[in-house]
Amino acid sequence: MDSNHTDDSRRRFMKGAMWVISASALGSGVMLSANASTAPELSQYKPVFFNDAEWHFVLAACDRLIPADDNGPGALQANVPLFIDRQLQGDFGQAKDWYMKGPFLEAPAELGYQSPLTPAQTYQKGIAATDTYCQKTFGKVFADLSAEQQDALLTQLQSGQVTLTEVSAKQFFDFLLQNTKEGYFADPIHGGNKNMAAWKMIGFPGARASYLEWVDLHNVPYPMGPVSINGDRG
Amino acid sequence: MSRQEQPVDVVLVGLGWTNAIMGMELAQEGLNVLALERGEDRDTVPDFAYPKMADELTYGVRYKLMVKPAKSTITVRHSLAETAVPYRHLGSFLPGDGVGGAGTHWNGHTWRPMPEELRLRSYVEQTFGKNIIPKDMTIQDYGVSYEELEPHFDFFDKVLGVSGKAGNINGKIQEGGNPFEGPRSHEYPLPPLKRTLNDTMFSDAAKAQGLHPFPLPSSNASEAYTNPYGMQLGPCNFCGFCERYGCINYSKASPQTAILGALKQHKNFAYRTGCEVIKVNLSDDKKTATGVTYIDAKGEEVFQPAKLVVVGTFAYNNVRLLLLSGIGQPYDPLSNTGTVGRNYAYQMMGGATLFFKDKQFNPFIGAGSNATTVDDFAINQIDFAKEGFIGGSYLLAAQTNGQPIHSLPLPPGTPTWGADWKKAAKDYYGHAMSISSHGSNMSYRDCYLSLDPNYKDDHGLPLLRLTFDWKENDLRMTQFMKQKVAALAKGLNPDFLKVSFKDIGTHYDVRPYQTTHNVGGAIMGTDPKTSVLNRYQQSWDVHNVFVLGSSSFPQNLQYNPTMLVGALAYWSAKAIREQYLKHPGPLVQA
Ligand SMILES: Cc1cc2nc3c(=O)[nH]c(=O)nc-3n(C[C@H](O)[C@H](O)[C@H](O)COP(=O)(O)OP(=O)(O)OC[C@H]3O[C@@H](n4cnc5c(N)ncnc54)[C@H](O)[C@@H]3O)c2cc1C
Ligand code: SF4
Repeated sequence: MDSNHTDDSRRRFMKGAMWVISASALGSGVMLSANASTAPELSQYKPVFFNDAEWHFVLAACDRLIPADDNGPGALQANVPLFIDRQLQGDFGQAKDWYMKGPFLEAPAELGYQSPLTPAQTYQKGIAATDTYCQKTFGKVFADLSAEQQDALLTQLQSGQVTLTEVSAKQFFDFLLQNTKEGYFADPIHGGNKNMAAWKMIGFPGARASYLEWVDLHNVPYPMGPVSINGDRG
Repeated sequence: MSRQEQPVDVVLVGLGWTNAIMGMELAQEGLNVLALERGEDRDTVPDFAYPKMADELTYGVRYKLMVKPAKSTITVRHSLAETAVPYRHLGSFLPGDGVGGAGTHWNGHTWRPMPEELRLRSYVEQTFGKNIIPKDMTIQDYGVSYEELEPHFDFFDKVLGVSGKAGNINGKIQEGGNPFEGPRSHEYPLPPLKRTLNDTMFSDAAKAQGLHPFPLPSSNASEAYTNPYGMQLGPCNFCGFCERYGCINYSKASPQTAILGALKQHKNFAYRTGCEVIKVNLSDDKKTATGVTYIDAKGEEVFQPAKLVVVGTFAYNNVRLLLLSGIGQPYDPLSNTGTVGRNYAYQMMGGATLFFKDKQFNPFIGAGSNATTVDDFAINQIDFAKEGFIGGSYLLAAQTNGQPIHSLPLPPGTPTWGADWKKAAKDYYGHAMSISSHGSNMSYRDCYLSLDPNYKDDHGLPLLRLTFDWKENDLRMTQFMKQKVAALAKGLNPDFLKVSFKDIGTHYDVRPYQTTHNVGGAIMGTDPKTSVLNRYQQSWDVHNVFVLGSSSFPQNLQYNPTMLVGALAYWSAKAIREQYLKHPGPLVQA
């Protein structure tokens, strides 16, 4: 799944790393670089899947779904839009693993996803329709609304109170929220969770995956910071 | 015309737990055994190697190790009157794909069934009278008893290296184990796993209410271990990437770590991957199979001749293969005739999440089956006549992973996004534990499997159609468990409590994950009118076809299925080795 991107980013990472040390903590054969931060700046990133209008929408929406404040990083600081851009180019966006043969019938919600649209198409149609709706209602696209207006609109998309042309507002919102949280908490190898800041905020140690000596230390906060699959330490 | 391969004695269709077992048993017998697996080859190294396994997005959320619905899925509807629609992406259940099957990414909860569950209809009728069984409930006896299976449970315990504490050894109740379980001939091969905070808290609360807590029997090894095949397991390190992942550590018993490494040493065993079997070929009189037809990785159709065909493709896939092959009569719920597809059942779950501001659970310290459990509300402990349902559940406090994308419980009323969501994630990650119920599901006349008239796979073959919904009996059972779980939860006095059990009238929902404990459809029994297989899991109609897996269950257990699935595979293997090979033919006369 998205193995191309993973490999690419790993290659980019290996090129970018200044030096590597072997880390016994990660097991033999695993190389680890000390705090090599290779995550690109979001402002420098040129999206591949999204066009300019779509990119503005996604930046604005992610900023409202997980805003920056003193509690921890916002979705933009965590490079979530970059993560989404990559996901939509890849297997997830193209629904490569999903059964997408017709007929596509109306069915009760409990019977699951029945749209003929891939997630990538849902984003494209959802963003265009939301911006059209905002233009009509406020005379501005979504990205140019005030934070309060944006929050109100996202709430309406989520509850299906607004109807969009050609796409389910709720389905569109659900993908957007799901992918935003994924990009926030996934291993940085996928492009989001920059500097593992979201993991640090909640106290998740990432890819350490070895805790035998800590199991019966009850009610004691785990003392070590996160590591990522690439071997970065948080 | 399809290409033809060299004949073999035995062809195994699928290479998960069931056919790893059958492969070992029949290779030991000296037969020429070939396994055909539709997915790719997989082993601990390189496929499950650290650190790539510790990737929640790829494996836990995008399901890299599971079946791809694009290649294989089913359609679903709630009732006979509806048109079924495809299960387009995974949710409710996560079937395996590739060598090892779902046994690579299971949790390792390793329960034996209760003796009463194997003869459920008889137990209910004898204990409470025939009248308490609702009209369209089609529960049956398995046709094989706990006592007959006990040696196989015992051996499979040793193959898996189960960590646990016995509650009943040869009828003598043991302190610290499950006092309600059937008698076992031996203690578990390994002691229980170390305990996490959540399950010590659950254990105290349960004891305070007069219940009998004990450690969940677990196929995550608590110590270094060598099984009867010489396969070695290392102690589980509570890596927190267990269910949905392959074990990085040779600790979770899987077909690879427990059997296949040894089986591959047998020169008379071979396996081919990328081979999807689409049909069991039959002789002209339809009384015997001549082999199987598969599509190989290049898309070529191949006929594989074999004297014996063992189907172990996972519960509902087995049913589809029988229907596509014309083995047995398809079930028709209207006329109540035929058998193939009859008695599909699932699992009834519920749960509570407890939040404690001042407790740190370190939820990422988890093993697939690290839990404390009680069985005080099991099938043999409930007065069905008084309570008004048939069934039971075990209750458990488990801590299996703290992966934040798909398991970040937050207090009730927390918004799903925005600054307040983020603050709650920061404040409450690591401060929640859960108590769940894992329960039985009865079978019904209109819950069944058939070929879908509208949807096809890439080969142009019809998908399997599932007709299923929750019934009042089972919803009443889960509502009963809700009271018990809520009482235990309140006993622990959490700051916040979230209780989630299905209400009466709830419809089956394919979206959230529940369990991959799909059962029935090719059930075993004593009467060919109401079962597809005889008590040895041999087809009533085609005697050289055996069908393994939870498709044999006439209704679901209150437990996880794999111990019974494995023991039944050993039971069938013994019948093949000791009886069938000497006198090929039906092992039970219809
Ligand atoms: C996430 C998860 C957690 C679980 N946790 C537990 C647990 O804790 N305890 C428990 O008891 N059980 C658990 N289970 C269930 C357990 O994994 C199964 O009971 C067990 O693996 C079934 O073994 P099987 O051999 O019948 O099928 P599988 O393991 O599914 O193997 C069947 C194989 O057949 C192959 N196949 C299918 N169709 C074809 C075809 N047409 N041609 C060729 N090959 C084919 C598949 O690719 C697969 O590899 C869990 C399952 C999942 C998915
Ligand atoms: S929790 Fe234990 S058994 Fe499970 S994958 Fe990790 S090391 Fe293996």
